[in-house]
Amino acid sequence: MGYLGGFLVSIAQMGKRQRVTTQYPQEKRPKPERLHGRHVLNRYEDGMEKCIGCELCAGVCPAKCIYVRGKDNPVDDPISPGERWGFIYEINYLRCIHCDLCVEACPTEAITETKLFEFSFTNRSDAIYTRDELLVDDAGKPKMLPWEDWSDADEVVPHTSAWMRATAPSGCAEYEGQPAWSGELGFGVRPPEHGQMAEPPPPFPEAEEKVLEGVHAQSHEAVDAFGHPLVADDKIAPH
Amino acid sequence: MDPLFANGVDLTIVLIVVFKTVVVFAFLLIATMFMVWFERKIVGDMQNRIGPNRAGPFGILQTLADGIKLFFKEDLLPDRADKRIFRLAPYLSLVPAFLTFSIIPIGGVFHGGSETPGTISIFGHRTFFQLADPPVGILVALACSSIAVYGVMLAGWSSGSKYPLLGSVRASAQMVSYEAALGLSVVAVILTSETGVLGTHAIVAGQARGLGYWNILATGVVPFFIFLIAATAELNRPPFDLVEAEQELVGGFNTEYSSIRFALFFLAEFMNVITMSGIIITLFLGGPSGPLLFGPDFIWPLFWFFGKLLCFLFLFVWFRATLPRFRYDQLMDLGWKMLIPLSLGWLLVVAAIRVGSDEGWNPVLVVGVCGLGLVTAGSLLRVAMRTARYRRELGEVEVH
Repeated sequence: MGYLGGFLVSIAQMGKRQRVTTQYPQEKRPKPERLHGRHVLNRYEDGMEKCIGCELCAGVCPAKCIYVRGKDNPVDDPISPGERWGFIYEINYLRCIHCDLCVEACPTEAITETKLFEFSFTNRSDAIYTRDELLVDDAGKPKMLPWEDWSDADEVVPHTSAWMRATAPSGCAEYEGQPAWSGELGFGVRPPEHGQMAEPPPPFPEAEEKVLEGVHAQSHEAVDAFGHPLVADDKIAPH
Repeated sequence: MDPLFANGVDLTIVLIVVFKTVVVFAFLLIATMFMVWFERKIVGDMQNRIGPNRAGPFGILQTLADGIKLFFKEDLLPDRADKRIFRLAPYLSLVPAFLTFSIIPIGGVFHGGSETPGTISIFGHRTFFQLADPPVGILVALACSSIAVYGVMLAGWSSGSKYPLLGSVRASAQMVSYEAALGLSVVAVILTSETGVLGTHAIVAGQARGLGYWNILATGVVPFFIFLIAATAELNRPPFDLVEAEQELVGGFNTEYSSIRFALFFLAEFMNVITMSGIIITLFLGGPSGPLLFGPDFIWPLFWFFGKLLCFLFLFVWFRATLPRFRYDQLMDLGWKMLIPLSLGWLLVVAAIRVGSDEGWNPVLVVGVCGLGLVTAGSLLRVAMRTARYRRELGEVEVH
């Protein structure tokens, strides 16, 4: 058709009723597994708060949207198991970019992100979520605030379960750079994704070989990949 | 001459004119509202989207909602703007859009031996089914489209901002270039009509005698296509919407406009689409003329007019959904190196055939000679452009 063929392409789409659009508030698409929504402040199973008021989240925040103040725990009725607790915790959602760096920075997994993002506040004070609003309830579920849309809560809230560290907290070098899910009150632990081993890492076969090599090296002269003898630095005689 | 004014002017006649004006004004506003919705729906369908569907049934009230929203928004006046011209510019582009529509015959029975063709009866007076039929006729449309250029140009100039300025410079260059092709194809229409009249009513009446008299055939199709392309460019609609190229110019000439002033530009743009479709129908497709089938006579001309109008509105939307935007040099090449030479050449051919039929020359010979001349001139032009390009590439010519 040459130049005019394009006209057929566009008119052929008419009446097909192929729709990429969803009727958003009534009809919601499944949310991505790792969606970054609004935060919650988690608690331990015994009801104690995980936040220890260390302000690392505020320090790492690139948008400077977190304001935390720490305070010594009352001796007779501690709020957190640590030495201190965050008595002021505010996140300004007019600034937050949901980068998740606060979650990465938190040493106690106190702050995590949910899949809730559908909120529309009409004044600034609503946009600044306070500690009471961020803190999960006794079941470990986030609190629903009046300006939030929870119409697909049945689907979303259970999926807010757990959170992900860029590097697994197991401390094992095998997991260096591998993400892992971590458990959360009320939600448990997510099943591992591709690349996240559920079983403990195998023992270090290479390390064992190295040990053996080391044994052999005592009897043989150590050579590098090119066959040259290896000499330790401290064995080189100074001139 | 409108039979309404045949027996002098009294109060009744003034009131009838006012009534017609109000009706046409209201109709045009509602039609524009419908056009915006229509465009969004059709483009949406062609792009596998839904389009507006929340406000009213099928989202038909979306334009109204947008209008109300824009009306209540804050009206920003930029600090650096030339305030008076900035305020004036939207009206300069809106008013011509209204004015042009006044000369388009909308209905009325044109053929079938009626004594007063193209008229209706209002309160016992017979009058043309169009707001006005000035003797200069179609020139009003050309004049109005020239005035609309001022609206766009002054809007960009007075904004005191660089994107609007660039947009308006593009706009004025584009509209001025394509106006030449537009005008030349109109001349072809006027040449072919029996008496060489300019009035739109007479142009339609001339075409109403039958399908073969429609100017699209009488002028040999080419002026119709030239007019269609030039009109699209004149309307600043895709693929010629460089004026508002969002990717390059933010919003083009209306970047600094907000609130109701922006709405006026928007309104003018879509109103111009309707008006220009009306002009095309009037000039080339016999306006409201068509067969009368059954029922009362006044319905069918209206039906034909709106049917043809809808086809063209759809065509403009189809253009938008299909064609990517032209690059600026491509736009100018198309205008100056294609459309203007072609319409000039075609005008000469039409004129030659017209003279030939008056003088009684052999029509086959005339057409043959004309065709030969057209081909020769076209090839010469092509060679000239090739040579110029070749020399430019060699660097023999300084390019500024």
